[in-house]
Amino acid sequence: MIAEAGLAALWLAAALAALQLALACGSGGEQGRRIATIRAVAVAQGLLTIAAFAALVLVFLRSDMSVLLVAENSHSQKPWIYKLAGAWGNHEGSMLLWVTVLAIAGSVVALFERRLDERTLGASLGAQAALALGFFAFLLVASNPFERLNPAPLDGRGLNPLLQDPGLAFHPPTLYLGYVGLSVAFSVAVGGLIRREVSPAIARAMRPWVLAAWIMLTLGITAGSYWAYYELGWGGWWFWDPVENASLMPWLAATALLHSVNVLAARGGLRAWTMMLALVAFSMSMVGTFLVRSGILTSVHAFAVDPTRGSFILALLTIYIGGALTLLALRIADVKEGAPFEIVSREGGLVINNLLLSVILGVVFVGTLYPLIAEAVSGEKLSVGPPYFNSVASPIALALGAFLLIGPQLRWRRDAAPLLPRIAPGLLVAIVALVATIVLWPTIGILPRLGLALGAGLIPASVMPLFGRSLRRTPLAIWGMVLAHLGVSVAILGMASDSAFTKERLAAARPGETVPVGPWLVEFREVMPVAGPNWTAIEAELRASRGSGVTILKPQSRFFPDPPTTTNEAAIDTSWNGQLYAVLGERDDQGRWQLRLWWKPFVTLIWLGGILIALGGALALAGRLFRERQQRRRIEEAFE
Amino acid sequence: MMVRPKHQRLVLAVLAIAALVGAVLLAMWGLQDRAAYFVTPSDIAAGKAEPDTAIRLGGMVVEGSLKKDADGLTNRFTVTDGTKTTSVVFRGITPDLFREGSGVVAEGRLDPNGLFVADNILAKHDERYMPPQMANEATPK
Amino acid sequence: MSRYLRFVPLAVLLLFVVVVAWRLVMPEDTKVRSQMTGQPVPTFALAPATNGIPGLSSKDLATGQPRLVNVFASWCVPCIAEAPLLMELKRQGVPIDAVAVRDKPADVAEFLGRHGNPFERIGADDESRVQIALGSSGVPETFIVDGRGVIRYQHMGPIEPGDVPALLGEWEKAR
Repeated sequence: MIAEAGLAALWLAAALAALQLALACGSGGEQGRRIATIRAVAVAQGLLTIAAFAALVLVFLRSDMSVLLVAENSHSQKPWIYKLAGAWGNHEGSMLLWVTVLAIAGSVVALFERRLDERTLGASLGAQAALALGFFAFLLVASNPFERLNPAPLDGRGLNPLLQDPGLAFHPPTLYLGYVGLSVAFSVAVGGLIRREVSPAIARAMRPWVLAAWIMLTLGITAGSYWAYYELGWGGWWFWDPVENASLMPWLAATALLHSVNVLAARGGLRAWTMMLALVAFSMSMVGTFLVRSGILTSVHAFAVDPTRGSFILALLTIYIGGALTLLALRIADVKEGAPFEIVSREGGLVINNLLLSVILGVVFVGTLYPLIAEAVSGEKLSVGPPYFNSVASPIALALGAFLLIGPQLRWRRDAAPLLPRIAPGLLVAIVALVATIVLWPTIGILPRLGLALGAGLIPASVMPLFGRSLRRTPLAIWGMVLAHLGVSVAILGMASDSAFTKERLAAARPGETVPVGPWLVEFREVMPVAGPNWTAIEAELRASRGSGVTILKPQSRFFPDPPTTTNEAAIDTSWNGQLYAVLGERDDQGRWQLRLWWKPFVTLIWLGGILIALGGALALAGRLFRERQQRRRIEEAFE
Repeated sequence: MMVRPKHQRLVLAVLAIAALVGAVLLAMWGLQDRAAYFVTPSDIAAGKAEPDTAIRLGGMVVEGSLKKDADGLTNRFTVTDGTKTTSVVFRGITPDLFREGSGVVAEGRLDPNGLFVADNILAKHDERYMPPQMANEATPK
Repeated sequence: MSRYLRFVPLAVLLLFVVVVAWRLVMPEDTKVRSQMTGQPVPTFALAPATNGIPGLSSKDLATGQPRLVNVFASWCVPCIAEAPLLMELKRQGVPIDAVAVRDKPADVAEFLGRHGNPFERIGADDESRVQIALGSSGVPETFIVDGRGVIRYQHMGPIEPGDVPALLGEWEKAR
């Protein structure tokens, strides 16, 4: 019953999306009434989609095995939190989540957006409805989450043990809020282009959505990276897996958009550029979702989907992105010229920032698709992995970091004042750090060396914008920028440190033996069987010490019976200056166990940096929303 | 230097295209010898694989060929595609489902003597190497 | 020049779509076809997978008559879907044996109780060794072995109604 109700809600929501689109396209009737109707329909659509999603969650929580999705992805013995996660840990459920966030975003815009001209709002809501319609169709026709299974099995197949992890269980919703939050920027851009109304008002309407989506993407990517690090047991924190790239590409576009939208909102510049980025960002979200679900790229994350579904999404993609880009091409001439600026100005700096980000986006895009292209053109089967991405993306990222030393210090429009005093602290620290790395660690690679120097220099550089201001009256948005840029420097330091100073040790040891790694001496005490709620394992006890104090690590080789899988549970010890990471392998017939140990100095800075970046964004978002409410109140008061 | 508004947009557009072209060129340069080709033992026997470039070798591990060196960490085994064989050496912890008679993909390079030195082993049934067809069947992930 | 510049993003999109559509239309044949077709069944002897039903060995597959070997498991959901079709094949006179992969006797018994038992013999393959030796890369898969114990045909994935005539045809050919 619940499943059928959910399906019905989904059909109704789809119908409302069609109605919303029709209303937005029509021009008859009184303007104000029509807009009010469109707003109401958008809200109703959102509520119905939420109901459909709630229905799916309910059948999972109740372990209703007569629903195919539940039978394939859940098990009655699972803790409720993983039953919940099972709802979106599969293709159909996650597609429903996608559509739910899309509909909710539309509803929130419909409810609260007051800045936009009414006609532009109508066009934007129409665009949002068009997006929703295509994905509703996909769900209803090709990916029905509520399909029944007859006869129902006694119990489900269980959830992939890799997904039975609190971090990973909530990673998809976070990322989806990011991916789909960008849809509002897309729709508002489309609305603005249709209405020939590309203005600072559009940018101000878009900005909170771009910020919020970008914050979620930052958090989602950071969390995903940390999860892969401790779960996959290879000591790496980014693998350039096609699905990881699928989340990175929208983030790169969103970062460029974030900076660009500020220029349009504050200075009226970069109009066409901002519109283009707004379209590209959500396009990257859609391309990403397509890559993951179409089955054309093999990846550890890839859902089990067939080419028919892939073709459906590709068709949707072509219509949406093609339509939007055509609209851009046709209307770009109507977009008013932005305020002019000199090359040496903050606008100029931001253009360079955007260009560099786009180059990184481009090389990641090409690298991800290259195996496909190569096979199409020459039949060669090949794979593109970290060697390519690292050697091509890192230098550009470092160049971007170097610009970060200068950019935020530039003045708007035209900066003729002497630049050196303002960038001196950052530059000086970077140079000193560079020399220090050459003296202290002459053998590390050039890229990590530059990363360490740049990261160090960026710390004072990030804080510079606060100098010469009254700190109490500095807007929250500026604090946010400072914190976010500080997060970037911290992350760069973490990445460079991991790259330069990680010590690895692979050993075959008997219980009682000691293995050195970096500054640590790790004693292999014993091995014993242990059991958990739905698994058994062989656990090793390791005692690590360096100087004073002993830390205990217990890596496991864990076996799940249902479905039968073996995983490696790494043991990680975090101290103030790094992480000790241990993985247990097999036993050979001489009684020796394989142990793989890493000492990773300051590696946690990578994810700490990510969190700081997201926090900076949150501060900026809070500042803007607060300030806008204040301004609105002042205007209202002035009219009383 | 102040750019006139009309030109400003053109300049920006040209810069954007230049960035796009630059990105593609950079990508092509990077891909030249950093993309890894899939080969089979027959390809290696026919001389189609270049030594010292990144390769992925695929095939089945020959029964009875798996040996560990005295250090307990170095694995030596032979991979076959039913026609020819290639010897592989790998130092490290092998994935759980790696065993003789099973499918395997090894990432690494050929040394001048024709021995395949693997940096990474992906065993069939391993999450990172699961043919899409298997994902549709109910094999454990 | 700027007249055409504005269409560049669209051109990039079209290029992407063409390349990707090509791949979708011509999917990679990543199905790992067994190299064993045409080869004799490898020697093996499996204990019974569940009480009351004999186990399976390679000798049982060289009886002079072609037989079907179904690789399945109680935890395999598509196996539920193909169960009635296996019963149908049995009804049409096709002898069928099975290899139960990584399973437990109680679960196998329950599966057979709920979905019917078309098998004369079921061997317990707890470590997938026989499955792999046969050249199977997943469950369910079905092999046709002729009277001399040579593998003649491999069907990958669950048997669907449309596959039954083809399977019957291959079984006839193997006689």
